[in-house]
Amino acid sequence: MSAVQTTSPAQDDTRRRGPLAEVLFSLLRSRTFLVGIAIVLFWVVCALFGEHFAPYDPLADDIINALAPPSGEHWFGTDQIGRDVFSRVIVGSRDILTVAPLATLLATVAGTALGLTTGYFRGLVDDVVSRILEAFMAIPVVIVALLAIVALGTSKTTVIVVIGLSFAPIIARTVRSAVLAERELDYVAAAQLRHESAFHTMFVEILPNIIPPILVETTVRLGYAIFAVATLSFMGFGIQPPSPDWGLSISSNYGMIGGGFWWTVLFDALAIASLVIGVNLAADGVHGAFND
Amino acid sequence: MTLFLLSVMVFLGGQVLPGNVGRAILGPFADQRAVDALNHSLGVDRPLLTQYWSWISNFVQGDMGTSYIFRSPVAPFVIDALGNSLKLAAVAFVLVVPIGILGGVVAALNLNRPLDRIISLGGLSVTVLPEFVTGIILILIFGVWLRWLPISAAWPKDAGFFTQLYYLILPSLPLFLVLFGYIARMARSGMIEALDSDYTRTAVLKGLPWRTVIWRHVLRNALMPTITVIATQTGYLIGGLVVIETLFRYQGIGSLIFTAARGKDFPMLESGILTIGIVYAVATLVADFLYSVLNPRIRLGSDQ
Repeated sequence: MSAVQTTSPAQDDTRRRGPLAEVLFSLLRSRTFLVGIAIVLFWVVCALFGEHFAPYDPLADDIINALAPPSGEHWFGTDQIGRDVFSRVIVGSRDILTVAPLATLLATVAGTALGLTTGYFRGLVDDVVSRILEAFMAIPVVIVALLAIVALGTSKTTVIVVIGLSFAPIIARTVRSAVLAERELDYVAAAQLRHESAFHTMFVEILPNIIPPILVETTVRLGYAIFAVATLSFMGFGIQPPSPDWGLSISSNYGMIGGGFWWTVLFDALAIASLVIGVNLAADGVHGAFND
Repeated sequence: MTLFLLSVMVFLGGQVLPGNVGRAILGPFADQRAVDALNHSLGVDRPLLTQYWSWISNFVQGDMGTSYIFRSPVAPFVIDALGNSLKLAAVAFVLVVPIGILGGVVAALNLNRPLDRIISLGGLSVTVLPEFVTGIILILIFGVWLRWLPISAAWPKDAGFFTQLYYLILPSLPLFLVLFGYIARMARSGMIEALDSDYTRTAVLKGLPWRTVIWRHVLRNALMPTITVIATQTGYLIGGLVVIETLFRYQGIGSLIFTAARGKDFPMLESGILTIGIVYAVATLVADFLYSVLNPRIRLGSDQ
């Protein structure tokens, strides 16, 4: 599922001519990436400045106008206590766009450290850690999250830690295979002959050369993190009220769906869908740019 | 190994819960002596290792403990729920495996033509969406607007096979969509690789009809990686079940775990999760077996 790439020597040669510029250039030519990043940026702007252009306060109730269908006054209608759905969808991007990237960051840092260590030292450390990680990966994330959250209580921090740690083994696997190819190269041998410490060799010599696969894996994981955060919020184990978060809004309104109040859930569902697809398109573009 | 790790995790998850079990059941105003007595009768005041051992050895013998909430044995609940979940999963699987493979095969045979683009892109976009999002949209379309299908999976009592099936179509669709993308993508890349191989060229060159080449030579080789993917997706499917069963109010193992987690009913929660772990292990085993049937090269005990 996850693509594994190794830096080719050719890429090392082009470093002086600026491989970063080259990657950026091919990103800007990729239609997939541009569409994806446009969607993501739209939601980032909503998350940062949403309350300035949302027509109503997303938390202000107005019982008299509860469950009003979409109209000129309330574009997306109102929910069961009269809150404006349009404003809630706009501001609802904030929590998921804080929690999911932080979880991904944690996964990347932990996964990279694990992958570098297991790939560089090989041997017993590698065997033991890899077996444990494999067993861990076989357990569905939702189950791990459910257990951890029941044990630790619900908070944004718990969600970040749970998703971060569940995704770390997957990133570790990608990093490990990149390191395995890299450690056979001459510059690593040179560093070892200079008696550089293992820490220096891993983080100063090898790490810069395996940034591309890490970046690709991180963008892919971000898509899954948004998936997971939204799902956990929907289950009531993620972001907590009164946040206008999308998953949370759906979970508190879908009970009335049989009554035909479609506007209370549809727009939140479409918002999640667009964000997830946006991130995945962008990730696809990044993947393509590094593998051309 | 996975099962062992899972059992330890499940058990520890149950133990590090803030607040003790007796207190959680009796509420904040109960007498401390009553709480202690309940803790003692539930056995949660013993050392951790002893508790783990008695729990796991009982589980292996089919005794899953007593629910804290229902005050009755857990096993019947878990078995009922597992049966219901298997029905739902079976409907989703029966739909998705042939259609997913067909989609991938058709895409590969029309490589880079519009049909391939539609299947690949469509499959990819529905795969990345959370189940509850596709679930909500499908409920709105088929349940609320068109009124073709019931929006809840709880069928009337004594419903026959077809009525149950009718109620299960809508809940199985989100699972179908998530799995479709994966299966179609694997089948597509497997097909492309097989179509490009020397044995396919040989088969074509020795004059076999195109249909025979596809059926006898290409498909068999192309589908092997797909089987592995289908098996690994079982774990994923189970995660999806938790969400779908909650959304459709279906009494399956997913909603059992969910309710148990909310109510802090640990014997129920632990047994539910461990049961899922076992189902997953069995699915992996079945996949390995199927793989060896399809691929004589790795058949166990075969002479080299």
